[in-house]
Amino acid sequence: MKRLLAVLAAAAVFFAGSAQSQSTLEAVTKKGFVQCGVNVGLAGFSQPDSQGVWKGIDVDVCRAVAAAVFGDASKVRYTPLTAQQRFPAIQSGEVDILSRNTTWTITRDTSLGLNFVGVNYYDGQGFMVPKKRKVKSARQLDGATVCVQSGTTTELNLADYFRANKMKFKPVVIEKLEEVLNAYFSGRCDVYTTDVSGLVAVRASRAPRPEDHVILPEVISKEPLGPAVRHGDDRWFDIVKWSLFAMIEAEELGLTSKNIEQQAGSPNPSVQRFTGATGDIGKMMGLDNRWAVNIIRQVGNYGESFDANLKPLGFERGLNKLWTQGGLLYAPPIR
Amino acid sequence: MLLAALAFALGYLYYNTTQNLEARKIATGFAFLWREAGFEIGETTFSAFSAADSYFRALAAGLGNTFRVASLGIVFATILGTLLGLARLSPNWLLAKLAAAYVEVIRNVPLLVQLFFWYTVIADNFPAPAQAFNPLPNVFLSNRGIFFPLPGDVPVLSGFNFTGGGVLTPEFAALLIGLATYTASFIAEIVRAGILSVPRGQVEAAQSLGLTRRDVMRFVILPQALRLIVPPATSQYLNLTKNSSLAVAIGYPDLVSIANTTMNQTGQSIEGIAVIMAVFLTISLGISAFMNAYNRRVALKGTAR
Repeated sequence: MKRLLAVLAAAAVFFAGSAQSQSTLEAVTKKGFVQCGVNVGLAGFSQPDSQGVWKGIDVDVCRAVAAAVFGDASKVRYTPLTAQQRFPAIQSGEVDILSRNTTWTITRDTSLGLNFVGVNYYDGQGFMVPKKRKVKSARQLDGATVCVQSGTTTELNLADYFRANKMKFKPVVIEKLEEVLNAYFSGRCDVYTTDVSGLVAVRASRAPRPEDHVILPEVISKEPLGPAVRHGDDRWFDIVKWSLFAMIEAEELGLTSKNIEQQAGSPNPSVQRFTGATGDIGKMMGLDNRWAVNIIRQVGNYGESFDANLKPLGFERGLNKLWTQGGLLYAPPIR
Repeated sequence: MLLAALAFALGYLYYNTTQNLEARKIATGFAFLWREAGFEIGETTFSAFSAADSYFRALAAGLGNTFRVASLGIVFATILGTLLGLARLSPNWLLAKLAAAYVEVIRNVPLLVQLFFWYTVIADNFPAPAQAFNPLPNVFLSNRGIFFPLPGDVPVLSGFNFTGGGVLTPEFAALLIGLATYTASFIAEIVRAGILSVPRGQVEAAQSLGLTRRDVMRFVILPQALRLIVPPATSQYLNLTKNSSLAVAIGYPDLVSIANTTMNQTGQSIEGIAVIMAVFLTISLGISAFMNAYNRRVALKGTAR
């Protein structure tokens, strides 16, 4: 009896000790890689290629963080997550970063316990219908059957839009993206709805005949997509945030993966601060001063990432141009 | 001693969970049930649902859908299973072998695969609403569902779809057919075991009294076989109810599918899972209680405990 109580007491002390969590940066440094939560397969954002190597702009964010922390962009392991699994995975600590084309909303930022580090793709929700339906506008979709993936802001925006326009619809809500696409392409639904980036990617990569489908002109919501980390860890939040901003700032300064090494000797003070030639910016975050150089050399700047992953699928920069060119991408100064 | 250890473990789990939720500032509590849901549900059983209703009403609608598919599934599975069990014992060689083949094949293919199969068969092979089959007046077969007239309400093609009348969606039909055929294969074996358990002497005595084959089955064999059939059949009914949660894979809005959507929108996974567990536990206990009462009625006096 006494021995059992002693064992239980020891167990209680042991568990109480481990309830104090390490900071994420310490945990990541100790295990030697960043655990990145990504989409199971969305062309252009996060998808394994034919050799099994993960590619996409969401993947590049995680690689940038690994380059900043370890100096090696390959020190990332990927966890494919469906829309249902993504929030419990980041909340519980199963992944260190959620980089999975997730829309930044106030509910997710507050009651779900997440901190969004920024926006890496400004998007909006749209509709795709087969051309033979002869539908020119989303206003003509009264009574349609709409395929949608479960547990997304898409479901909510869809209901709001049809309610606001006094139209009725029937949703077909399926968990797995692959099954949703099967249902749409087999004719079970009239309409497929998701972010316009998803529609373009799906039409280019998945449609049996891409020219048979048309994306309607209406964009019915704002969908700022960006990576997120957990509440309660400010240092890790700063590191991920500034890794993304470094990629955007590099494009603004004209630094690419090809010229970053030569630019270390540049007389431009902004470039000097960026490359760590002057100042101690890396050390302020607990990283090496060459953190930004490592990111740009191994992953590239935002424009390079976009051109490598999204341009081949037919994406235009649109809202995702730099602010100097009329778009929305604006990085705070690195100084 | 064991209770103390269990209480300690549960208490620690609860404490750890609430500490971590508080540290991460994740919302807790059941207050979210009364907030507006904001999403639509494809079909409901008892009352209509709109996106302005609360999460509570959404979960209730999901429960209604689960109830519909589970109750009809149990009925069809029992009928089909009993017929198959009897068929396998038939003196007709072909019938017996066909039933045996059915049982062996259906039992050994995973249910999820069978559900995808039925869904693809129905969704791919029925035509679009504009070219729907029209076998009977006002009955239409299309890949949006089977439309049939209700008193005072006939389905009419308008725009994208049929409006009016009743509808069996492909999701519901696929789930019902898949669950019923799968569970029927297990019930067939249970029925066969029950019938074979009746002593041969009973059958011979009944036949020597001049009863026909059908009367022997109805008055002598089945009443005695039921005592062996009812407990395992109860398990199969519970399995069918729980397997209905696979609906989320083919798009039928049952309780688990809607609870998953709710969990994803509100971020409160623990409360959502607790709701699912509580509901299924209640349904299962209800089915068990009902079947145990029935078992006591048909059992030999003194054998039911």
